[in-house]
Amino acid sequence: MSFISLLWVLLLGSLLGLELIGKVPPTLHTPLMSGANAISGITMLAALTLIVKAEGNVPLLIIGSVSLGFALFNVVGGFFVTDRMLAMFSRKPSNKK
Amino acid sequence: MNLPVIIKFVIDLLAVLLLALGIKGLSKVKSARDANRLAAFAMSLSAVGLLSYYLGTSEIAIQSWIWIIIGTIIGSLFGAILAKKVPMTSMPETVALFNGCGGMSSLLVALGVAIFPISGGQENFDFFKSLINEVSISVSIFVGAITFTGSIVAMAKLQGWLSTPGWTQSKVRHFVNIVFAVASLIAFFDLINGNTSSIWLLVIVSSLLGIGVTLPIGGADMPVVISLLNSYSGIAAAAAGFVVDSQLLIVAGAMVGAAGLILTQVMCKGMNRSLVSVLFGGSLSAQSTASSGSGEYTNITSCSVEECALTLEAANKVIIVPGYGLAVAQAQHTLREVTKKLEQNGIEVVYAIHPVAGRMPGHMNVLLAEADVPYEQLKEMDVVNPDFPATDVVLVLGANDVVNPQAKNDSSSPLYGMPVLDVQEARTVFVIKRGMSAGYSGIKNDLFDLPNTSMVFGDAKKVLNDLIGELKDLGVGEK
Repeated sequence: MSFISLLWVLLLGSLLGLELIGKVPPTLHTPLMSGANAISGITMLAALTLIVKAEGNVPLLIIGSVSLGFALFNVVGGFFVTDRMLAMFSRKPSNKK
Repeated sequence: MNLPVIIKFVIDLLAVLLLALGIKGLSKVKSARDANRLAAFAMSLSAVGLLSYYLGTSEIAIQSWIWIIIGTIIGSLFGAILAKKVPMTSMPETVALFNGCGGMSSLLVALGVAIFPISGGQENFDFFKSLINEVSISVSIFVGAITFTGSIVAMAKLQGWLSTPGWTQSKVRHFVNIVFAVASLIAFFDLINGNTSSIWLLVIVSSLLGIGVTLPIGGADMPVVISLLNSYSGIAAAAAGFVVDSQLLIVAGAMVGAAGLILTQVMCKGMNRSLVSVLFGGSLSAQSTASSGSGEYTNITSCSVEECALTLEAANKVIIVPGYGLAVAQAQHTLREVTKKLEQNGIEVVYAIHPVAGRMPGHMNVLLAEADVPYEQLKEMDVVNPDFPATDVVLVLGANDVVNPQAKNDSSSPLYGMPVLDVQEARTVFVIKRGMSAGYSGIKNDLFDLPNTSMVFGDAKKVLNDLIGELKDLGVGEK
């Protein structure tokens, strides 16, 4: 991928984010923040790349593994916590008489 | 293009699509839960896609697998345990902690690549390419470090582990932070000049900058900071995407970065603060105590729980204004008991939710949902404000600044212009409060002095429990 096309990817990704998120009701801002936060743990892919390409370099393997741990802490925790919050919302209609 | 490349391309594309649909779905109450799962699925899909790509193009060494498994198990386990155990009231801190770890991850990736350049990328040395590489490594480290230390400080302050040190409220902190910022810049240029060891300087000073910027910010502004840091962690992820040449990372990081910015804006608007004053103005209470916080209360009416119950029994329409104090007292379930009784007596009950009630936008909705409050009873500020004149009783529970009429009437007040709930328009207002202490802003609340306002002093949970007892004695809600 050339640098220029990566810049395009960055630009379009940002616009997509602005467009998708501009219309969320305030009620869902906390779950959304926590969900978006979980997605930011996508750096786990970078950590995976690092580990795979480390080629037996132990310090690099360790850095990659720690990085992967931090990222997955963010991802798994973030999605679970978001689900916990949203479970409270979706329970509503059935409970109401 | 060989097969693994094509497969990876398709999977990446699919993952981006699902992530976008997930974020979109999170914007509607009905679809939010499925959307969250969809996003989680997209994330695991992207990981499987990446691993299968490496399996298809080259071998993954056993050693690599071991480290992948170790990192995965430890990270996921701690994440899952924390997510299951943490109380809903601590949500802002938890998001801050998760967020900080995301930043740390980006930092470590960039650091790893900087110290041990990944083989394969460097065979024909190209000045432009290596410049881009160094810039993206620096950005990733800089933003990642600020995200990490900033989030940890934010978490510690919300948990009450850290207070705001006095010196951070003076002008000194601007000088200190400028020194850190300049030092990061020097380290950055030094790094581009080929001096690899200055990367450590960059790590240290950007970490210090994260602390220096977050430490002076008062508790009331913390949600804005967390939201901003959430945006930063997206930017850090996107920068890491440039480092390892991954479009998927760049797209996802950019989406999160944009999301955080929008949310930050919403929160600032709700609190009538500009982002600049949040970041550079220091704690609100520190500047305001001199101006209008010094006013004394002259006309406080306090009343007993019994009076409160009698007034409630006679009401037709009651509006509840919950604030963070309610959540701290863990009284949302007790509150639900009270409102159930009132409803059984045919009294209309509505909850007025200020955009920044709780500690984050939407936090209060989550807390009330936890207590089984029907979703339809939660009314947003703009919807509920016209209803106050036709309301018999307003119960203010642990909210303060969001019901301060100063924001409308007193142009000299630091709160002036902040959107507030017009509770004083109602016939009777009961404020349940532990004492006369000021709200987060440290500003006197004119509402308490009004003739139609009565204070019920006590812990929210205890008062509500007493209220249940009194209502029972009055025969309210007995069927």
